[in-house]
Amino acid sequence: MATTTPSKPSKAADTARDNRAKLLERAMSRHSYSGDALIEVLHTAQELYGFLTPDLLKSIARKLRLPPSRVLGVATFYHFFSLEPKGEHSYIVCLGTACYVKGALGLLETLERRCAKAGRTSPDGKVSVNSARCIGACGLAPAVIRDGEIVGRLTPRQVTEDLDRIGVK
Amino acid sequence: MTIEELSDIQEQEQARQQKLANRIYCCTAAGCVSCGADRVRQSLHAEVKKAGLQEQVEVCGSGCMGLCSQGPLVRSAADDALYGHVSPEEAAALVSGNPVDRQLLAGKRIDTTAPFFALQHKIVLANSGVMDPEILNDYIAVGGYQALAHAVTELSPPEVIEEIKQSGLRGRGGAGYPTGLKWELVAKQSSQIKYVVCNADEGDPGAFMDRSVLEGDPHRVLEGMALAGYAVGAQQGYIYVRGEYGLAIQRLQTAIKQAERADLLGNRVLGTGFQFRVDLRIGAGAFVCGEETALIASIEGKRGQPRQRPPYPPESGLWERPTLINNVETFANIPPIIAKGGEWFASIGTAGSKGTKVFALAGKIVNTGLIEAPMGASLRTIIFDIGGGIPDGGRFKAAQTGGPSGGCIPEQFLDVPVDYESLAKIGSIMGSGGLIVMDESSDMVDVARFFMEFCMDESCGKCIPCRVGTVQMHDILARMTRGEGTPADLDMLEQLCTLLRETSLCGLGQTAPNPVLSTLRFFRHEYDAKLAASRGGAQ
Repeated sequence: MATTTPSKPSKAADTARDNRAKLLERAMSRHSYSGDALIEVLHTAQELYGFLTPDLLKSIARKLRLPPSRVLGVATFYHFFSLEPKGEHSYIVCLGTACYVKGALGLLETLERRCAKAGRTSPDGKVSVNSARCIGACGLAPAVIRDGEIVGRLTPRQVTEDLDRIGVK
Repeated sequence: MTIEELSDIQEQEQARQQKLANRIYCCTAAGCVSCGADRVRQSLHAEVKKAGLQEQVEVCGSGCMGLCSQGPLVRSAADDALYGHVSPEEAAALVSGNPVDRQLLAGKRIDTTAPFFALQHKIVLANSGVMDPEILNDYIAVGGYQALAHAVTELSPPEVIEEIKQSGLRGRGGAGYPTGLKWELVAKQSSQIKYVVCNADEGDPGAFMDRSVLEGDPHRVLEGMALAGYAVGAQQGYIYVRGEYGLAIQRLQTAIKQAERADLLGNRVLGTGFQFRVDLRIGAGAFVCGEETALIASIEGKRGQPRQRPPYPPESGLWERPTLINNVETFANIPPIIAKGGEWFASIGTAGSKGTKVFALAGKIVNTGLIEAPMGASLRTIIFDIGGGIPDGGRFKAAQTGGPSGGCIPEQFLDVPVDYESLAKIGSIMGSGGLIVMDESSDMVDVARFFMEFCMDESCGKCIPCRVGTVQMHDILARMTRGEGTPADLDMLEQLCTLLRETSLCGLGQTAPNPVLSTLRFFRHEYDAKLAASRGGAQ
């Protein structure tokens, strides 16, 4: 979502947007617009849009015939759903016990000092910082998922260098 | 597919594999993938093509081979050799049958007679490293779905349950409830509609057993669920899997499609009148959803908050219907029990705990990875013989089992047999199988704080003792680790332990004090030292 938004959206962007609404509609109809499928529908919505806006939640509530409070309740209860746009880069620090024993807190501290608190995005929209409960790469502890890729055996120093490289102040 | 066809496919596939000059298995579990297994596999494929050996040498994937610390792992079937730290450049030597080329790899060969392998007993992980989890015929070739075929044609549902009861199998999710009894409870219900649910919401930090089973042998779990459906009279199953487990989700989706297409699941299982469908439900990151009533709420599309029990799910579960909930490893044990008989299974393990247990070894241990040991093996065997001990000449301090609901086991109990009762006696629990080893560098008060922080974050907020209590306990522990604790804090901490244990609604809150209680019991001197230091600082 950090990509520049031109004042007049191009035609291609328009069709892509239409497609997203269509795909979301299809996911809801596959579950016969049943309220039981709310979590599946939110998964699809986040996959398509990147994060969940109030308008998106309201429209899902209307279509599944659920009170908006229930939809917001579910969307905020689960860690996986994000109500904020994500940064250009993403760091997810594993805080599983193995990573903790091998010094994951030091990595998180570095990221929090330079970018944003876990669960947030830096003010310049550059980096999202998150923590996870065991990503299962215990053999590579301490591990971080950087832009979708698992990087293992990291030190705070390597993280600092990495942040310098992508131009974080 | 009918039962005759199933046996035909098994024979044909076995014969086909035997004709190959070699079959090379690349570990495709998350641990190896994260250190470059995909590139190794691609380069193996390329080398086979380059050498024109497509007809003779087959490259395929495999489930977790266990020794994650030495990934990427590759096994060559022709000479039954396992190689570690394989790089893409070594693919040519692996593909070549030439002994001279093979010599290049000698340094990478892993000794499979070492205690790490020799002391393990594999039931759940038996197929890891010998079949490709994405190919149905591979599972059939190693005898897959034969147990289901046997049950639906030759056994009545009560006979299946009897076999499970005889095996003495207990729930592998942590609590250890006898599986046969649970099945009987669900089977007894008169409702027309019942459900079978597989709990794959493995949330303990440091535990990755279930993920490995789902990634490495998804059909085995489906077969176990279908057997459960047959035994209790359910026609619909759900697998509730963590959203973080992308690869496991993908493998399960593939496996369900394959099984449906082959009539191993669906409306006519193996051409008989038995119906069983399985659907996936993807979790969204809430540890509490591992609790069965919270898991049910989450499948129903609600916030994952537990409710009061009774009624228990076998009476009133998913959509208020009788529901059987078992964990991944429990279901994975079912097909071999039906195939080989309950008596065979009961011959492994101890008096109260039968069979084997899969453990994820992590932390300060040489052989990080996935192992399976018979119940009753001692911690010393698991950590020092199988696990290879502490790296860099470190000294063992504690082993943590059971995640945030478990405890820390000190050195004096290393010879205690690992089974449900013995671990409970020393203030820990079997849990789902995460085993984290800590050496002298671990600060036990901080370990307690770490787990309390976990419970505080993951508390669902429904009941006050857990919602507020975990925050208070965490604050006290954080003060202590900063060296600002007082003796009154320690008293309050102990009181809160009792309060949470006795008044919380679900297992999360009731067991949240366990890491504190066990560190207080065995490492009280560390708490005292912190208090003394903070007094010293105040003077």
